[in-house]
Amino acid sequence: MPGPFGPGRGMSQGAREKTDFKAIKKLFAYCKAYLPAIIVALLLAVAGAVTSIVGADRVRGLIDIITDGAKQLAGVDMSAFVSAAVVMVCLYGGGAIANYLQQYIMAGVTQKTAKKLRTQINQKINKLPLKYFDTTTRGDILSRVTNDVDTISQTLGSTIANLVNAIALFVGVVIMMFVSNWVLALVTIGTSIVGFLLMFVILGKSQKYFNRRQENLGEMNGQIEEVFTNHTVVKAYNAEEKQKEKFENVNKKLFANNWKSQSLAGLMQPLMGFAGNLSYVAIFIVGVALALSGSTAVTFGTIISFTMYANLFSQPLTTIAQSMASIQQASAASKRIFEMLEESELVDERGKIVMLPAEKVEGNVEFKNVKFGYNKEEEIIKNFSADLRKGQKVAIVGPTGAGKTTIVNLLMRFYEVDEGDILIDGVSIKDITRENVHDLFDMILQDTWLFEGTIRENLVYGKEGVTDEKLDEVCSAVGLKHFIQTLKKGYDTKLDNSLGLSEGQKQQLTIARAMIKDSPLLILDEATSSVDTRTEIVIQEAMDKLTEGRTSFVIAHRLSTIKNADVILVLKDGDIIEQGDHETLLAQNGFYAELYNSQFADVG
Amino acid sequence: MFKLLKYLKKTDWLLIAVSVGLIVVQVWLELTMPDYTKALTGIVLAGNAEMGEVWRNGGLMLACAAGSLLAAIACSVLISKVASSFSKTLRTELFNKISTFSDAEMKKFSTASLITRTTNDVMQMQNFMAMGVQLLFKAPIMAIWAICKISETDISWTTAVIVCVGVIVVCIGILVGICLPRFKKIQKLTDDINNVTRENVAGVRVVRAFNAEAYQEGKFEKVNDKITKNHLFTSRAMGFMMPVMTIAMNGLSLAIYWIGAVLVNNIAFSGDPIALMQSRGALIENMSAFSMYAMRVVMAFMMLIMIFIVLPRTMVSAKRIVEVLKTEPSIVDGKGTVKTDKVGEIEFRNVSFSYGDSGYSECALSNISFKVNKGETLAIIGATGSSKTTLVNMIPRFHDATDGEVLVDGVNVRDYSEKELRDKIALATQKAVLFKGTIKENITYGADEIDDERVAQAVELSHSDFVKDLEAGVDAEVAQGGTNFSGGQKQRLSIARALYKNAEIIIFDDTFSALDYKTDMLVRKSINENLKDTTVIIVAQRIGTIKDADKILVLDEGKIVGQGTHKELLENCEIYKEIALSQLSKEEL
Repeated sequence: MPGPFGPGRGMSQGAREKTDFKAIKKLFAYCKAYLPAIIVALLLAVAGAVTSIVGADRVRGLIDIITDGAKQLAGVDMSAFVSAAVVMVCLYGGGAIANYLQQYIMAGVTQKTAKKLRTQINQKINKLPLKYFDTTTRGDILSRVTNDVDTISQTLGSTIANLVNAIALFVGVVIMMFVSNWVLALVTIGTSIVGFLLMFVILGKSQKYFNRRQENLGEMNGQIEEVFTNHTVVKAYNAEEKQKEKFENVNKKLFANNWKSQSLAGLMQPLMGFAGNLSYVAIFIVGVALALSGSTAVTFGTIISFTMYANLFSQPLTTIAQSMASIQQASAASKRIFEMLEESELVDERGKIVMLPAEKVEGNVEFKNVKFGYNKEEEIIKNFSADLRKGQKVAIVGPTGAGKTTIVNLLMRFYEVDEGDILIDGVSIKDITRENVHDLFDMILQDTWLFEGTIRENLVYGKEGVTDEKLDEVCSAVGLKHFIQTLKKGYDTKLDNSLGLSEGQKQQLTIARAMIKDSPLLILDEATSSVDTRTEIVIQEAMDKLTEGRTSFVIAHRLSTIKNADVILVLKDGDIIEQGDHETLLAQNGFYAELYNSQFADVG
Repeated sequence: MFKLLKYLKKTDWLLIAVSVGLIVVQVWLELTMPDYTKALTGIVLAGNAEMGEVWRNGGLMLACAAGSLLAAIACSVLISKVASSFSKTLRTELFNKISTFSDAEMKKFSTASLITRTTNDVMQMQNFMAMGVQLLFKAPIMAIWAICKISETDISWTTAVIVCVGVIVVCIGILVGICLPRFKKIQKLTDDINNVTRENVAGVRVVRAFNAEAYQEGKFEKVNDKITKNHLFTSRAMGFMMPVMTIAMNGLSLAIYWIGAVLVNNIAFSGDPIALMQSRGALIENMSAFSMYAMRVVMAFMMLIMIFIVLPRTMVSAKRIVEVLKTEPSIVDGKGTVKTDKVGEIEFRNVSFSYGDSGYSECALSNISFKVNKGETLAIIGATGSSKTTLVNMIPRFHDATDGEVLVDGVNVRDYSEKELRDKIALATQKAVLFKGTIKENITYGADEIDDERVAQAVELSHSDFVKDLEAGVDAEVAQGGTNFSGGQKQRLSIARALYKNAEIIIFDDTFSALDYKTDMLVRKSINENLKDTTVIIVAQRIGTIKDADKILVLDEGKIVGQGTHKELLENCEIYKEIALSQLSKEEL
């Protein structure tokens, strides 16, 4: 729906960036399947333009019949008038039908293209290497799926057709005007152009203020987000007044730029109106002068049809200017979309034939001289080797940034090792598909992740045939049963903000989810750090049951939880500096011992 | 929506009045123009006038156009000023109001929604003011005035105009009626698309670990299908708009000519050909003037329709703004100027608290009683969800007790003004918060004076050694949200901020668990040594962090299940013992 406030905003955004025709070309290539439909729509657009021009031309004939008739005693020749009028009714009717059909077709093309783009972006998310998400913010990806696709769906379809229609109209009108009277043609074009020049001057001026207004708005957004999100801190420190002052400063700046930009944008409409009136008067004056000078070609009908030409002439110019802005926007949007769609994907693995069925895996894991870095300059894992037996509990310890999470990323094949190999039951994980690797692991991550849906949906995630008994069993194992019983709808309670789950409860839910998945290997990535120790005991018991016979990798800051690990890997700066069980490592009196002792040193 | 009009100032009303005057001038000038068209038409038809007449009429018509342009420009500038100042006032009112909100109101609206209300919704109001108000006045004035002028001429022409306007109003009314609910649905579906995508991106590791890509894609396609269908429907329906308008306008001019032709023939021939020619000429003059008026009337109605298309959206925005403005904060400021000679004393007397309308059926805290004296350290430990944070948040009055009373320095917290109360308390929150600015600004946040020496001391006591390694030291920039510092660094800076405040009472709400054991110990050590007179409350999860406290509260499901020193609790509190044993071995205890 084209809002009445459209042009000012559209143009101000479009003018910031130059049109990238490469992106537009890609977009067209993307709609190739709809090419026949598009061609039909364009032909219809041209047909619509032709009816408008011919219609304006016919008005002259119609009026001349009246004015000529008025000079005859017999009056207006009604049969001639009616046949001319019927022709015009057909013209207008045909034009309207052509216009609507064109819009109907283009709406289909655009919306289907938009849908396809959305689907592909969403699928792309699942095909991109994780590295992509390290460098792209979430908001950025989201705005591609919604804002950018919306921009395209709003501008693309109407723009192409409007542009073709406008160009046809423009060319047609210019030809018609010169054919009927070149003097009046020049007058019409001249006066219209004066209006456009004025408009562009004002646009250029208001652009500056629109940009500043956008900046002010951005600044204000940042500020209020900070204050609203952290309002307890603001209050605890009695900083309300100071924040109000800061806010008022931006608010004042915004007011000034707002006012200026809005005033200038408000001038457009009156100016266009004035340009229209200017043309009108000029056509009349020159027309009358021509008629009086005895030029037989200029009749009253000519003058009226020229006032219509003036409208038809400025209309496509406005459309073209607007389309240019829309195309700029569409090009910026499609550039961002294709940038994402063209990112290199994970390697296709359909050719792999080796399979490690989850039921048959014993759980021996071997790291063989593994080297890895997130980028080429910095090696995070330097030559890591470890041989882990089935059923062992492996604890990975070390300060932040030592590369603990990285080891998990490699195990799950979220990232590929640069050198060396990781083997499960003697099979390199490179030889099996990623899906197969994922099937082998239960994983509980540092950041709890739950989606909007019921508790049940979150727990049985992706698995079929899970009974309520199984849910009860797992939930009591992780200490959630009491909580779920307090909920009015039990497992069918929707998870959303109003429920106000604590971090610990979220963590318990993700643990329950992993227990339901029930894979032969287990990864716990600092999973228990936001669960308090008492809840942790409950979970720990369940975990102990779960870890029986399973090889598990635990990363936690809490040394107590890993004290009974079979193997402790102590990482520092990407190297395994110590390896062994708790007693051995304490006896070594090295880095691990230092970490451990700091927990219990007395204060004071 | 009209409730918001009270935020217009007197000068704004004056400017609006002037603008309406200008609009009347504008309409008058625009409606005078067809008179000159009529004159010009007469000249052409007569075919014998002088060029001077043409210039005079054309010139006057142009003068009218120029005058109307000037009036329009002045009007636009004035209304823009009113609209901008209106939006400024609204933003200030909103911001000030939200500043008084307590936790409960923030949760009710959600931060994101409050931000949109302060920015987008206000902008929407401003846009409507700037453009809509002008049209709202101009369109009816124009329509009525033009209709008055028209009705003086022939009735059948007027009927044609009325039919045309009727067709446009009905068609657009139907279209908008059909599409508006769909537009609202699309808005909702866009949110859904956003949510599914956000979920997918945020949980990309989990999705892959569970091989649930197809599940996620299925969810997305469901929403995608719906949104596409709705888009397709609305864009095809709205596609009727332009052809209908064009047909109506073209049809109207055709009808006017047609009626004109019939009228010309209807003039009775009285036998005088010259008189006949003259009255026919006059009719044609009227016809050309009439088609101009008719167009103005139709345009005026189209403008009105435009307003009715934007109006619903603006009404929604207005409603959202009013909703915030009329929300009264659930925590009412106390009378203030409390006199007390006690310092650093906190007491809870049979305090209970429940969140009220959430999905829970139980109390968050029930029957909590304890007392802390000046200079003592109180530690609170307990399971996740045992409402530790809720408890400490009642001291600076972020929530009010549902039952019982909370006393600070022997006085109920409800009797203090919020400022008075919070001056006594320093708080380091569970999640470290940094504001955009410099490190120094963050440490001295909210303070009236900036004492460099004390800033340095706070940095030292919180063991924020990394500050020294920064080139700019305490003047180093902090990005929005503190993203240029690590979690541990942020936490230490927030401790430094609490220390700088130099309050009687200092609360560490699980502040230490983001620190590694070594730093945790060092920070606590320096606090113990330097804040001997300050009452300290520590919420923690590690036994190591709290075992030296003067008093430890053990919370379980919102109730106190143990109270005493580390030694006492080991002997008589089962739950405390469990926690301790899970972290330390028997010998270490």
